[in-house]
Amino acid sequence: MRRIWAVCRKELLCTFASPVFYIVATVNLILFGVFFYNIIVASREAHLRYVFHNIAVTLLFTSPMLTMRLFAEERKLGTFELLMTSPMTLLELVLGKLLGAALTFGVLLALTVDFPVLLLSFGRPDWGPLVTGYLGLFLMGLAFMSAGMFASSLTDNQVVAVVIGFGIALLLFIISWFSAQVGGPVGDFLEGMSISNRFENFARGVLDTGDVIFCLSLTGIFTFLTVRSLDWRRW
Amino acid sequence: MVGWMIEVEGLLKRFGTTIALDGVSFRVDRGEIVGLLGPNGAGKTTMMRVLTGYLPPTAGSVRVGGHDVREVPIEVRRLIGYLPETVPVYAELTVRDYLRFAADLRELPKVEIPDRMARVMQQTGTAEVSHRVIGHLSKGYRQRVGLAQALLHDPELLILDEPTVGLDPSQVVEIRSLIKELATHRTVILSSHILSEVSQICTRVIVIHHGRIVGHDTQEELEKRLKGAERVFIQVRAPAVEALEAFRSIPGVQSVTPAEAQEGTAAFQVECELGRDVREDISRLALDRHWPILDLRSVGMTLEEMFLKLTGSGGAA
Repeated sequence: MRRIWAVCRKELLCTFASPVFYIVATVNLILFGVFFYNIIVASREAHLRYVFHNIAVTLLFTSPMLTMRLFAEERKLGTFELLMTSPMTLLELVLGKLLGAALTFGVLLALTVDFPVLLLSFGRPDWGPLVTGYLGLFLMGLAFMSAGMFASSLTDNQVVAVVIGFGIALLLFIISWFSAQVGGPVGDFLEGMSISNRFENFARGVLDTGDVIFCLSLTGIFTFLTVRSLDWRRW
Repeated sequence: MVGWMIEVEGLLKRFGTTIALDGVSFRVDRGEIVGLLGPNGAGKTTMMRVLTGYLPPTAGSVRVGGHDVREVPIEVRRLIGYLPETVPVYAELTVRDYLRFAADLRELPKVEIPDRMARVMQQTGTAEVSHRVIGHLSKGYRQRVGLAQALLHDPELLILDEPTVGLDPSQVVEIRSLIKELATHRTVILSSHILSEVSQICTRVIVIHHGRIVGHDTQEELEKRLKGAERVFIQVRAPAVEALEAFRSIPGVQSVTPAEAQEGTAAFQVECELGRDVREDISRLALDRHWPILDLRSVGMTLEEMFLKLTGSGGAA
């Protein structure tokens, strides 16, 4: 447990000391602000459902950017050798990294706190969908970041890691597109695998444990794959 | 604990079709300072990576402190302090944050951490930069920070991969004396491609070439075998053919190879018997013949050439 926290702490120190996070955060917050302004002005409704949808799409890019350095950079710098020769299991390492990325992402989401605050000061928004919407964004971002972390474990090139991470995230997002053509039980399966369907529930204010478990399972699967890939790449 | 610190038996390491280590066997006793000597690409780094458990062996057995590196890698890692060739530091962190991170990875008792950090920073001379960001430090300081990290848990076995590469001469001297100091109550393995370094620090030398152990010597034996194994470079204003013949006739000279020279001058690489310095003879001869000497210096042998001498495979070419 202490090692997981040590890795996480180091990740946060490095993340907040490098310009990458600030650039990613600035660009995102500008985009989020544009979404918020346009949607609220056009709809004049006190909810963030459509804002959440737009943020969700942005996360397809943003999540792998927050995770691209996790392993690729360690490999490139040679610090990977320090980590791998410490008395630490791969799972501890991977969980520490993911925790660090999740907290970083949490900070980014927390910086949009002005949206609900503005809604509350000018209207009477429904609390439920606001909370579930943020929860949905966080859980979906977490799943995307675990995929991004897996991508980072495959390469020592951060650009490659972003591209692969983005590819996996987008695939999870649009997988239901095929369900209509395929049909039958396979079509149902693809429909169920779609993270955008799950997210739609969160954005509408529906909190379904199945959706929560789905996102956490994806995170678990990619965490496991990351451990496997790190283990395998040593051989 | 009794027994050998390191026992390597028939170690084979393959990367795809490339064989990096080919049937390596050796033992290291507790308290020894062993040097792994070899040219670049000989397999030194691979050897160390296998010892630290970073790379699994393809075949053979590797035991550190009685533990098999494949069966109980975590136990082995606890015993080892390791400084890889590329110093594993994070440019964004301060020295203090970095050592704190290393201490947490090692799960040192929390109450002991401040004392231990202070001790290794004092030992490695990094205390005065402890609040600075590692990315802003010089190469020499980074090397020391890396060494501090390796010492933090007071390991029984210290593995240092090319610890003096890229340092300036005064830093090299400091790091060497530090390593000697550190070795008083622990086992040290260090790799180097510099013969003099290994012979100065180490009590025993293992020579690796093309993934095999080609020599196994104590420091004294090695020095004896390589004594005077040097070459002389001479440039004179003289007819080339005549000068070549003349230098060849000097007793003790084994070979004279013409080197590139300007018009009207002649330059040679003169190789001589082990333990013989022919510079005096050469200058006397040149004076007798009234050939002005433009350059005369002893040039070190390249490591590859020394290997030929060590292994005897090159003979007295």
